[in-house]
Amino acid sequence: MAATRTCFHCGSPLRGPAPHTLEMDGAGVELCSDACHEVARTIRDDGLTEFYRFRAGPVTPVAGGAGDPRDRWATFDRPALQREFVLEHADGTREAQLLVQGVRCAACSWLIERAMGGVPGVREISVDPLTTRMRMRWDPAQATLSALLARIAVLGYDPYPFTEDATDRAAILERRAALRRLIVAGLGMMEVMSYATAMYAGALQDMDPAIQQFFRLISLLVATPVVFYAGAPFFRGAWRGLRSRRPGMDLPVALAVAAAYSASVWNALRGTGEVYFDSAVMFVFFLSAARFLEMSGRHRALSLTGALARHLPRVATRLVDGRPEPVGVVELAPGDRILVQPGHSVPVDGVLESESARVDESLLTGESRPVRKAAGDEVVAGSINLLGAATLRVERVGASTVLAQISRLISVAREERPRLVQVTDRVGAWFVVGVLVLAAAVGALWSLVDAGRAFEIVLAVLVVTCPCALALATPAAFTVGMSALARQGVLLRRAGALEALSRAGALVFDKTGTLTEHVAGIHRVEPLGACRADEALALAAALESRSEHPLARAFPRHEGDARVEDVRAVPGQGLEGTVDGVPLRIGTRAFALGTAEAGADQDAEQQSVWLAGPQGAIARFDIAEQVRPGAAEAAAELQSLGIEVVIASGDQPGPVRAAARRLGVAGWHAGLQPADKLALVRTMQAGGRIVGMVGDGINDGPVLAGADVSVAIGTGTSLAQHSADCILMGTGLGALPAAVRHARRTMRIVRQNLWWALGYNVVAVPLAALGLIAPWVAALGMSASSLLVTFNALRLGRDAPGARAAAPVAPLSRGEVTP
Amino acid sequence: MNIIFILIPLGLTLLTAAVLAFFWAVRNGQFDDMETPAWRILMDDDRAPPPAGEATRDP
Repeated sequence: MAATRTCFHCGSPLRGPAPHTLEMDGAGVELCSDACHEVARTIRDDGLTEFYRFRAGPVTPVAGGAGDPRDRWATFDRPALQREFVLEHADGTREAQLLVQGVRCAACSWLIERAMGGVPGVREISVDPLTTRMRMRWDPAQATLSALLARIAVLGYDPYPFTEDATDRAAILERRAALRRLIVAGLGMMEVMSYATAMYAGALQDMDPAIQQFFRLISLLVATPVVFYAGAPFFRGAWRGLRSRRPGMDLPVALAVAAAYSASVWNALRGTGEVYFDSAVMFVFFLSAARFLEMSGRHRALSLTGALARHLPRVATRLVDGRPEPVGVVELAPGDRILVQPGHSVPVDGVLESESARVDESLLTGESRPVRKAAGDEVVAGSINLLGAATLRVERVGASTVLAQISRLISVAREERPRLVQVTDRVGAWFVVGVLVLAAAVGALWSLVDAGRAFEIVLAVLVVTCPCALALATPAAFTVGMSALARQGVLLRRAGALEALSRAGALVFDKTGTLTEHVAGIHRVEPLGACRADEALALAAALESRSEHPLARAFPRHEGDARVEDVRAVPGQGLEGTVDGVPLRIGTRAFALGTAEAGADQDAEQQSVWLAGPQGAIARFDIAEQVRPGAAEAAAELQSLGIEVVIASGDQPGPVRAAARRLGVAGWHAGLQPADKLALVRTMQAGGRIVGMVGDGINDGPVLAGADVSVAIGTGTSLAQHSADCILMGTGLGALPAAVRHARRTMRIVRQNLWWALGYNVVAVPLAALGLIAPWVAALGMSASSLLVTFNALRLGRDAPGARAAAPVAPLSRGEVTP
Repeated sequence: MNIIFILIPLGLTLLTAAVLAFFWAVRNGQFDDMETPAWRILMDDDRAPPPAGEATRDP
């Protein structure tokens, strides 16, 4: 046993003799509570001790004593409740979708699957450790749902019903339909290609005309479902584009496929002439594949929003006169008090009533470090309570929670089409018209030169010029780029912000609340007497613990048992009192030392507080604003990215200069009114430079609006008031350079795609028009080109900077779920 | 060469069967989740023999 003893099951530290011990695999283990004992014993008795060997870390402590478990689960047997999440199969078995709280890694899902797999009545059970989703099929004649759920609860997990939302369902259906089309196109293509190869070979070796005709008819048979089933989206898209007079990329595709197919059908039935079934089918397959990839990327981005809401529990524990009572989250109203067990998500926004708590806000901020909260602090829905049961007073529920606001912001931003996409859309429409005109012209010319080849060449031109890169890959890059940023805690309210951020030449920072903390901190302690610095600090802290002055908050919390008496505040001067019987004074130099001296220096970079006793000065404390953690690194990184960093503050020159020096920033402006800041931004923009503004998002609305791109530090609760384009959800500025880099990467990929599309067409169109490219080569080239740009765009989501490794641990930190 | 008139329809039959089998798999959600099964294998049941009392359950 290690020096610090911990509970074998939940890993909580043990003090004193363990309340329970258990024999496990031949060794005695200690357990911290009845609940842990119960769980460990169940696991042992079921022969599943392997769980302890494979789990990724200690499981969450088992919640105990929240009412009689039987009572709690009995409600799940009510048909009215089951109708929401239970599916009845034809053979009488039922299937439920549940979310299981407490599942942290693959070992947890293994444990549940193994333990439940042997329970009579359970037909099928699978737990997905990433989404914590469980699918269970059971026979209601042999077991009730409540008994099964109670059994899962005995293992230390908390299952609750889960209903898929509509977008989720739609995404799955879309994906399934696309997959079906893809496989029809793929298998069909393989067949048709093999017949085509036989026919090409046969053409050289004098194939029997009967067999040749047979191959043609068979090709027709196979190609028909490919064109009409797998290719249906292209025809629908083309028709939609025509009707709205905005021809998209579907139009040339549909025209090419339809032309190739109908000419081939005619020739096949007639028994003479070329057939192009191979080209048509290949075209459909490769385009479907590119579309499928693009759709997968889109769904991953979409599921981020879904994932946010999905992690909210549906059941909460309400405290009524101090007694816990399980209720649905929908029943909660502001003002209610709820109990959140450790390891559970907070279902609503609330104010902490317990003395302190540690929560994981990674769902909102992308920052997985636990955040410490004290009584009176806001705790937002979606954060996970890590340590000890917490009592909250409900503030906001349902759609008004921060989480719901974020979901809305993300979906609004996604609907907006960035300027570049709009441009490519417009260009794309003209491009399509140009392609059609070109194809017609080429057809007319060739029918004069060599009428026999005219059709084939027009077909090649149509196929080879499909503007897929233009129409497909730019939006894909934006979508994937934005969702990758959101996973890192950078929310974009405007898709266009990505473009502006990537081109930003200068960033103007507000100082207070952005670069520095609102609360001051002690910068330096200068001992002046016999006391050591830490002793002086302890004395000062003891004295200041009785003060309400803002400066007093700079001192550490008074700990220890020094007697503090007779504290008297002298307004504008300081404090005097006795600590352990020694009379002390703290405050301005004049007050502390009892000398007469001039007032404070306005230009001073920091304020100094003097501590003096009967023997004279003890120490001087230099108090300065505290630079936010990570701000200096962020500033340095931004500068290394070639972005000029400027501080614009309404504060006095002294503190601003001090902050600028500590951050390593050369440009600073002090004493600015909001209007002055706006003027500053305007002058910086004069040279056509893209200027961004970073603020706390509330006080500097007009400046934020005046900048090309505005970034706000998310305070967590006031999202709706922000006017910024881009919100950093975490507390640090560290995400900002990462966001800039990511925005640049996104734009680089968009540019690469556009250049590729341009270059490809410049080379391929003349070749096709000259009749040097056969239709099937054109189909191959065009498809390869659009697959290339789609893969290029999807790269953004895969290796985004700071993207989490896809570890099976900590499922909640993964914001994505494959639909 | 007449064997072709039998083999190709036979191939088409197999093709149809493959497409139908695939449709069935898609409808049953076999392709809905392409990620977790990859993780699941890391948690294999056969690495350590299950302790006594476990033998009746097949993996």
